[in-house]
Amino acid sequence: MRVDFVVREVLTGLRRNVTMTIAMILTTAISLGLVGTGLLAVRTIDRTEELYSSRVEVRVTLTQDVSSADADCSQPICAGLKQTLENSPLVASVTFENQQQAYENYKRLFAGQALADLLRPQSLPAALRVKLADQDAGGDAVKQAMQGQVGVRTVIDQREIVAKLFDFLGGVRNVTFALALVQAIAALLLISNTVQVSAYTRRHEVGVMRLVGATRWYTQLPFLIEAVVTGVIGAILASIGLLVGKFLFIDSLLSGIVADNVVPAVQVSDVLWVSPILVMIGAGVAAVTGYVTLRAYVRL
Amino acid sequence: MIRLERVTKIYKTSTRPALDRVSVNIEKGEFVFLIGPSGSGKSTFLRLLLREDVPTKGNIYVADLNVAKLPRRRVPKLRQRIGCVFQDFRLLPNKSVGENVAFALEVIGKPMSTIRKVVPEVLDLVGLAGKADRMPNELSGGEQQRVAIARAFVNRPLVLLADEPTGNLDPDTSQDIMLLLERINRTGTTVLMATHDHSIVDSMRRRVVELDTGQVVRDEARGVYGVGR
Repeated sequence: MRVDFVVREVLTGLRRNVTMTIAMILTTAISLGLVGTGLLAVRTIDRTEELYSSRVEVRVTLTQDVSSADADCSQPICAGLKQTLENSPLVASVTFENQQQAYENYKRLFAGQALADLLRPQSLPAALRVKLADQDAGGDAVKQAMQGQVGVRTVIDQREIVAKLFDFLGGVRNVTFALALVQAIAALLLISNTVQVSAYTRRHEVGVMRLVGATRWYTQLPFLIEAVVTGVIGAILASIGLLVGKFLFIDSLLSGIVADNVVPAVQVSDVLWVSPILVMIGAGVAAVTGYVTLRAYVRL
Repeated sequence: MIRLERVTKIYKTSTRPALDRVSVNIEKGEFVFLIGPSGSGKSTFLRLLLREDVPTKGNIYVADLNVAKLPRRRVPKLRQRIGCVFQDFRLLPNKSVGENVAFALEVIGKPMSTIRKVVPEVLDLVGLAGKADRMPNELSGGEQQRVAIARAFVNRPLVLLADEPTGNLDPDTSQDIMLLLERINRTGTTVLMATHDHSIVDSMRRRVVELDTGQVVRDEARGVYGVGR
């Protein structure tokens, strides 16, 4: 295989078809950009889950009378509940938080807000803060074990609140993947069409090549590489687009909740993690589409 | 070198066979004219030799290759042993004379060092020494056909197929092209030329195979174009 020959043919092909090439690159870039956005959403979801699994707990709040009477969980009702929880293999640890501590936490969380000033320690319940050993089964088990017990007011599984956030991120992921799919169909058709046009404009060359006994590789490889090159350029543009998007939009959009440690920030390293995947998808899809097109529509 | 055994070709779109039980044997180094009116099967004959098509029935051998049964991936091997020249030259207009000839070697993977050596040689052989940098549209018809012949011959094929190579040329230029084909024939290359040109066939006095409605109606060792017709 003469590399210089193939390179020359590819460059000529790309130049000759320049408007089509640009259209193909842009469509591929948009499609892959959407795929990349979806992948970033998936990554953010994973990282958010990690972030929360260490922090999220189940709060078993105690009734008013237990709360006010027992400041260190030494009385039978509270100690019994604590013991029951600690005996469960699904539970990692149990911490008692009395009314005063709950009040301190509350003041810290809502510092500067009028609500914090109105609150008195007596109006907050004491609670058993349960860290789970088993994130999946633990929440329900604690709920079942605690609900309705004497001294228990409510059982709050914080994961239920976080789940709403995950739902939102999951939605973002699904929408971008759906858009990416539609755009990918357009990109596929464009690649297929471009390969056909490219083969047609070079039918004389290809005719001569066939005549003098060039192998399939020689006649078809330039077209395939042409498609792959546009796919790769599209992927690179998509990656650049993601970086630009990160700095221009995502950073400011998420700045509030990122600062509050609600959602991890999208890092440059995340985009760098996504871009080789995009390049592989771009090159792979273009190569397969080009090959199928040459087989099906073009007699070379 | 070329052997057809009861070759029949029926195109899907036609009921009458394009070739009807054609048997021809051409030895190495022969110069053969393939003549006959339009639609007599000359083009089909050449297409089958090049494996552009497969026969409906019968066997075809070129050199040691069984053309009809050749697997797809070995077709290039066959075509590398056959040079081809056409009425319309089929040069690439955006490549120079030298590049056109070199192209035929590049696409079958010959190294650059070989190409640099043999292209000037073959251009010299066809009488185009010094015109390697000209573009095809700067050349006369006869010169363009010489480029095409150079391209067909540069890989030293065993067989040269020529489909009406003088069809677009005036009689004097045609004569020059025939001299060139004769010279190539003298190097041991088998030449098979399809033509309508009476005067060329009559003056060369070579073997003539005449086709009519797909059948061989005449095969003479030293024939002329139109005996008894």
